[in-house]
Amino acid sequence: MRKAKRQAGMRHLDKNFRAAHTRIEMQLSGNNGVLEASPGSLVDLRRGDEAVLSEIDLPVEDARRLMELGFLPGARVVAGQSAPGGDPRVFQVDGSEIAVRRETARRLKIFRKENLPRPA
Amino acid sequence: MSECHDCAGCGPAAMAPFPSGTAAKAVAVIGPPNSGKTTLFNRLTGLRQKVANFPGVTVEQHTGIAELAGGQVVELIDLPGVYSLSPHSEDEQVAYDVLTGRRDDTPKPEAVLLVLDSTNLGRHLMLAAPILALGLPSLIILNMADDLRSRGGTVDTKALSRELGAPVALVSARQGEGIEQVRDFLAGTMDLPTPRSLPVLHDVPKCREWAGRIGSQADYRPPIAPKWTRRLDRVILHPVAGPLIFALVVIAVFQSIFSYVTPLMDGVKWLFEVSGNWIATSLPPSLFRSLLVEGVWKGVGSVIVFLPQVLLLFLFIGILEDSGYLARAALIADRTMARFGLQGKSFIPLLSAYACAVPAILSTRTIENKRDRIATILIAPFMTCAARFPVYTLIIAAFLPNRRLLGFLSVRTVAMIGLYALGFVMAVLTARILKSSILKSGRTPFLLEMPAYRWPTVQSLGLRLFDRSKVFLRRAGTVILLVTVLLWTAAHVPYTHGHPPAIRDSLAGTLGRTIEPVIKPLGFDWKIGIGLITSFAARETIIATLGAIYGMDHPDSTSMDLQSALRQDLTPGAAVALLIFFAFAMQCVSTVAVVRRETGGWKWPIAQFAYMSALAYGGAFLAQHLWRYV
Repeated sequence: MRKAKRQAGMRHLDKNFRAAHTRIEMQLSGNNGVLEASPGSLVDLRRGDEAVLSEIDLPVEDARRLMELGFLPGARVVAGQSAPGGDPRVFQVDGSEIAVRRETARRLKIFRKENLPRPA
Repeated sequence: MSECHDCAGCGPAAMAPFPSGTAAKAVAVIGPPNSGKTTLFNRLTGLRQKVANFPGVTVEQHTGIAELAGGQVVELIDLPGVYSLSPHSEDEQVAYDVLTGRRDDTPKPEAVLLVLDSTNLGRHLMLAAPILALGLPSLIILNMADDLRSRGGTVDTKALSRELGAPVALVSARQGEGIEQVRDFLAGTMDLPTPRSLPVLHDVPKCREWAGRIGSQADYRPPIAPKWTRRLDRVILHPVAGPLIFALVVIAVFQSIFSYVTPLMDGVKWLFEVSGNWIATSLPPSLFRSLLVEGVWKGVGSVIVFLPQVLLLFLFIGILEDSGYLARAALIADRTMARFGLQGKSFIPLLSAYACAVPAILSTRTIENKRDRIATILIAPFMTCAARFPVYTLIIAAFLPNRRLLGFLSVRTVAMIGLYALGFVMAVLTARILKSSILKSGRTPFLLEMPAYRWPTVQSLGLRLFDRSKVFLRRAGTVILLVTVLLWTAAHVPYTHGHPPAIRDSLAGTLGRTIEPVIKPLGFDWKIGIGLITSFAARETIIATLGAIYGMDHPDSTSMDLQSALRQDLTPGAAVALLIFFAFAMQCVSTVAVVRRETGGWKWPIAQFAYMSALAYGGAFLAQHLWRYV
């Protein structure tokens, strides 16, 4: 949430209040730690975060639906806006924006940060 | 299911071109949701279209006639929006069956118009493989050319056509750009490329890979992200501003369909009164005049009064849906609706049901998940519709003093709010029961595509209003007309010595007295019984009926005479029972008919009617008996 705010337009606040700025940075680095430690899913992404899908942990039929909408293993996903409270959240994938409930996002696994395939 | 239908072109797609210069007779229009398929269909057919349901399923069937240059006509069949042809959902099954000529009720199409969103071609091209594999002459329509251009995307249609072995047209259905290519194809005057054999593909990842490759061979450059959509979403989905805007939209819709539209509704009512009086004075007193004025005119008028409200409601829903806000509203409402076992898209239909259940049930078409859609249809009639309002007003005014409670709220207002809440609570409870039993969605994920914001077009809104008012008026013109004529007849037979019988001795009176033992435990007598019978045509009919029974010329819900007559015939307990009966019962022929139509059979409307009637009877019985202890 805090990172989301920063992107949405608190840039001037960052300039004016050094303390607030530092705190956000610290929080961010903390998050990265969590991201690396656990096998991540789309739930772990905050607004603006980007990840690569690794697998879809859902029954075949449901996985097919998601894949038809672009959630294919290897696809780049960017977390977007969400409903108040963070659920469901919109994800930008394969040229569209698809809202997914938390219970489903949890099943969409992403590569851990260090394994992220880097484009050449 | 053979594997080649999954997402595959099965070997060489031997396409049979139409004989040159002849138009096809029936052509299917297919494409993924949000590809602008309906806009193109509207553009080609205009008002020459009809909407029905495919028999036996909840899938809507649009057919229309496209007129080509030279007077040729083509029948277009608009198929449901699908992402693939693998028959996993009802929509896909219907699309697949129609395209392969397996449905007896629809002619096998001789050609296909495949509509794809050119701004999202990589993903949408996946549908091209299974469609081309059908071997029917197909035109690939890349829609939304205007968006593609303005956002800096490009595609080489000639190269794409070569790669796919099928003609390709870049069009903008909204602007009318490139439509003549579609007409040329339909007329059979378009040059077709050499058909190509397409690879056999088995799963979605391979399909997507194929689509990507075809796209890059056609020099497809995807457009940049829609800037305005992102900007607007930052406000509309803002954690604070978002819900506020949502609330404002809801209040604006509510306020419009309840207050601002009142003068219009009064106008319609006045027109019917004046014209009724005019007919009454210009015809000699006769049975026919009585039937025409008391039966037909009053009955049909009482329903047409709701037309302005229904039209306004659909105008709002149309604007919300076409602009793209509806998807955002569904996103915001989803958490709350999920608590009742429903989903975000159920919100607007349930809101509409406060005006009238009929348009509400028609508007559930935006819910793709069939189980969620049926659950929404089943609970919509619990919402306090406008037809209940005059009945509530009459009974509350007759039995409750206009006293103030807590200084500012009148007792009557509190009772009215209580009745609205009662309907809502019962709807929510029913939803929970349904969704945890027969309509359990399992773990099917809720997925909602967020379309880019667009200006709604006048043509599309106009066609929608035209279509919905046709459905609504057809009800008034058939069902309601029939019931009012039947009621009038029942109140006027047997005819003795040239005079109609006293209401007690008429067929209607006899009916009322026959059902009296059944409704006695609720505290109702035969007069209320007749009212209840007639109210099954439309709830507010009970007021006109009771008015007629108590011998008043111009029944009016605020009439003091009707109120005092009711006070004599009903105990306070029975009055509460009557209110509860009206809150729960599905007394509306139009709703039953529209549920049958929308669910594709009698199963759901019968179950719904039985459930709501049982609830109404049980609730009224309890109220009547518990009232003594209050």
